[in-house]
Parts: sequence; C-alpha cells; structure tokens
Amino acid sequence: MVEFNLPANSKINKNGTRHTAASDAKNVRSFQVYRYDPDSGENPRLDTYEVDMDDCGPMVLDALIKIKSEIDPTITFRRSCREGICGSCAMNIDGTNTLACTMACDDVKGEVKIYPLPHLEVIKDLVGDLTNFYAQYASIKPWLVADSPAPPDGERLQTEDERRLIDGLYECILCACCSTSCPSYWWNSDRYLGPAVLLQAYRWLIDSRDESQGERLDQLEDPFRLYRCHTIMNCTNTCPKSLNPAKAIAEIKKMMVQRQV
Amino acid sequence: MTDRGLRTPLARVRGLGSAKDGTHHFWIQRLTAVALIPLTIWFALSVATLATADLPAVLSWMRSPLSATLMLSFLLAGFWHMKLGLQVVIEDYIHGEAAKITCLILNNLVSIFLALAATLAVLKMLLGS
Repeated sequence: MVEFNLPANSKINKNGTRHTAASDAKNVRSFQVYRYDPDSGENPRLDTYEVDMDDCGPMVLDALIKIKSEIDPTITFRRSCREGICGSCAMNIDGTNTLACTMACDDVKGEVKIYPLPHLEVIKDLVGDLTNFYAQYASIKPWLVADSPAPPDGERLQTEDERRLIDGLYECILCACCSTSCPSYWWNSDRYLGPAVLLQAYRWLIDSRDESQGERLDQLEDPFRLYRCHTIMNCTNTCPKSLNPAKAIAEIKKMMVQRQV
Repeated sequence: MTDRGLRTPLARVRGLGSAKDGTHHFWIQRLTAVALIPLTIWFALSVATLATADLPAVLSWMRSPLSATLMLSFLLAGFWHMKLGLQVVIEDYIHGEAAKITCLILNNLVSIFLALAATLAVLKMLLGS
C-alpha cells in the first residue's frame, strides 16, 4: 500500500555538534550540514559550522572545503572541478538542488542549510548513491548508433542547423539535480528513467548522425520509463546549467505520437 | 545500499524491457481533456439554465437529440478521462504489487460500471415515455 512511514535512519537529529568560529572573526556565517555515518548506527544529525567569511571563498563549496580542511576533516562530500562542469558537488542547498561550486553563499539568506540530493540512499554525509542513476544512463545507449560506416576520409558530417539541435542538451553534466528533484522519480526511480536520463535520450534521438531513432523510441515507449513524467517542471526549475529537461521529455512524447499519426 | 541480490544495476534497470505501450494512454488522456473543455462549459451552462426548471422541462430538454448526444459525450469522455487519470495515480503511489493490481482492476470495473449506468440513465430519459 502507500508508504506513510519513513525508512529506518531517516529521522534527523537537529541537535548535532556546533563548531563555533574564532572569537576575533568578524564576518561569520553558519552552515548547517546533514551528517550521516552508516558505520555509527546512529540516525543522521545536523552539525553547525561557523565560518569566517573574510577568510573563505564566495561559493558554498569554498566553505565546505574550508570546513573539511580546518574544522572537521570527517565531513564527506564529492567535488572535483569547482567550476560547474563536472557535476560532482550536486547537493541540496537552501532547499534547492544545485552545484555547491556555482552557488554563492551570499545568495542564501540566514543559515546555509546543506543536505544530500533528495531521495537517494545516503552513503555518507552529502554523498548519495548514484548507482541506479548511472545504470539508467547506460541503458539508453548514450553513444552514436549507426549501421552506415563513417566516411573513409573523415568524420560523420552534419549541417550547422543539424548541429544546433543538440544545443541545450549536450551541456548536461549528469549532476542528477533534476532527477532527484522530481517527485515522480522519487516514487518510481526503479522504473522511471527521470529527467536527466530522458534529456540525454533526447540528445541522441535528435542527433542527425544517429540511425537508431526507431529503436531508441521503442525502448522508451513504456508507461514507466517515459510516461511517469507529469510535467511537474521541478527539473527545469532546479537545473544548475539552466537546461530544460521537461521540454526534452515533451519532445520525446511528441515523437511518440508523430510516428503513429 | 539495501540488499537487492546480485543482479547488476543495468539488469535491474532494464528489468522486463519496454512495455511498448503508453503513448495510446497519453494521447487519449489529452484527447478526452480537450473534449471535456467545451463539454464541461456546455454542461455547466445547461445545469445553470435548468436550475429552476421542473421535471417535464428537464425531460423535454434531454429528449432533444443534440442535448442527449452532448450529455453522453460529456459523461463518456469524463469517465474515460477519470479512469485514465486514476490509473496514473495508482501506478504512481501504490507500490505493493497485490494492492496495485487490485486497485487497477477496481478502477477499470468501477469506471465501466459508472459509464454504463450513466449511459442508461440518459437513454431512459431520451427514449422513455
């Protein structure tokens, strides 16, 4: 039946440790961070870290790195490029899924609340388990599928107009902000592919060099894989790269109808 | 991660494969939605007009072929749309397999039953003496 109870270890202890800033710090911001250690057997808790912003970079990721380097080395999060192109530091900041590296602390009012991406199994602290998400990405064959051999003297060509079709799609960095913001994905991520993977699917469907549109649509033609999208639009609202997964999904649905009428 | 056996993540995602279905549901839901816009406006206006009418007046209105056809269209599109919408709600939120199948069966049967009952009511008014 409908599940009303949260799974084990979901209840968050709001009274975690508070790490106060040095007394001579003038520009102090508080960061409330979700902490979960599966080895401890304890429920998650919220730890608060006071950071001297006069001695810290402007972005939330700068603050997290400072906290890890100088205050609490046990805090765990993913990060790599620190410039919004790798998608590693996706997390829920101030109630919105976004990249910690491109989110300015100044854009948050009051205490900066940092949680892992919603509705993923938490491995530790801010690190969610993306195994299913990556498997879903692999399942849509995110590569060029063509029977015709490439021209012997060069690459497969496309016109500028054909190339333009994948603008707004190829920029997706698979950070999973959109998919984990989607209620439909929360309830049915075992079968619904979610906005990020469907945007990627559309990126290959619309690629003029690809020869497998029909097979790709066949694989998506499913009440759960594609049609769990109810145009809630959280995906488009939250995308830190300002892409529009909801539109990509709508275009796939249009293709589905198009090949029947 | 909770224990899900040793199948690979890709095998779990591929599952039983694509149902090769869903577009028909999607299309009919939109079709009935579009049809219901003018039909609902017509129904609301009719009910408002007939608010103070007595039974013979309502029956004579209903016995016009146009009213009866529009009423049947409104009812059938409505029940069809309801069935499709409730099916989505059930698939979204009910995850126990037995409960889900039971609800889907009930949704189908109750929707058909209500549509038939409504159709009969209209026909009775249209054809009754």
